[in-house]
Amino acid sequence: MQNDTRIAIHEFCIHHNIEPDFIVALRQSGLIETETDNDVIFVQYEQLPALEKFIRFRYDMDINLEGIETINYLLLKIEKMQAEMRSLREQISVSRN
Amino acid sequence: MDFVDYYKILGVDKSASEEDIKKAYRKQARKLHPDLNPDDKDAHKKFQQVNEANEVLGDPEKRKKYDKYGKDWEHGEQQEQAQRQYQQQYGGGGFDGFDDGGGFSDFFQSMFGGGGSRRKTKFRGQDYNSELKLNLTDVLTTHQRTITIDGKNVRLTIPAGTANGQVIKLKGYGAPGGNGGPAGDLFIRFVIADHPDFRRLGNDLYTNIEIDLYTAVLGGEKIIDTLNGKIKLKVAAGTQPGSKTRIKGKGFPVYKKEGEFGDLFVTYEVKIPTNLTEEQKRLFKQLAGS
Repeated sequence: MQNDTRIAIHEFCIHHNIEPDFIVALRQSGLIETETDNDVIFVQYEQLPALEKFIRFRYDMDINLEGIETINYLLLKIEKMQAEMRSLREQISVSRN
Repeated sequence: MDFVDYYKILGVDKSASEEDIKKAYRKQARKLHPDLNPDDKDAHKKFQQVNEANEVLGDPEKRKKYDKYGKDWEHGEQQEQAQRQYQQQYGGGGFDGFDDGGGFSDFFQSMFGGGGSRRKTKFRGQDYNSELKLNLTDVLTTHQRTITIDGKNVRLTIPAGTANGQVIKLKGYGAPGGNGGPAGDLFIRFVIADHPDFRRLGNDLYTNIEIDLYTAVLGGEKIIDTLNGKIKLKVAAGTQPGSKTRIKGKGFPVYKKEGEFGDLFVTYEVKIPTNLTEEQKRLFKQLAGS
């Protein structure tokens, strides 16, 4: 069962040839959010890029869940710092002109 | 076109086992994978080399050819032979891991006749289109319905307020993909039949009701049907035939906005009395003359 904004995780797992337990573990660690409807677990399409990234971490790079959590935290931190850096560069550029 | 030493790229020696190669690839991927290095072109480039090395050394057949001809790739006959063999065996499938046309080196392309032959090009299955007929009252509340697709039962959630002609996508319920590619999607269009008493325009409903002449002239109350049950409507004195009144919040539910409804517009039809008694005729004449 699915609609135009979400996919049942068992469908998703068939396409990616992965165990649903991995998705459950990601949910339990707070890395993704799922919703349950009539005992079927769904994930929203908007979460798929992140979910697919975690799958690559796990299955292509052999990183365990703790590692994925750490990497995700650090990537978010980097992203934030890069955004700050861009903003500061723009401010410097404006003040120079 | 330079020879590419895949062993050196992965940091393994020629006697490395498949497991060693897998480990070496993963180790490099953990440092260089684009997911870990957003906006780092240098890391992306290096990862492409690592990925290419893994494509060759991680595949026993390719590794064998590479070990046999790799260093002497310039010796055309052997190299061409190897290339022909690989093209026949694998075709020229594209690798879908990068968005810059494959990311494989000229050496790889020359040796193996195209990028990523270990992975054949995946084809997404064809999309299917279908229609689901509903009554207006079917989309008054959010509900689930089971439909059968290729012998499989699929449960759909149909939200309240779904519009006529609205399309939903069921991902992966189209035709199967090719070479392990994903299946297409199924698009279901809702066709909502007209209701005999209510016309829907967006979230608003329109209906006609009949009132007698006396209520139209003097005002009064009238119990009317809505799609959600009966309500009492106050009719103002002097109501004209064809005039409309709006009843807020008694229209159709707003799509995916729980608790929000459109309005109900009621058009009055005034029924003129017939078969009047002599006394009634006299009173009407009296009214007409006054």
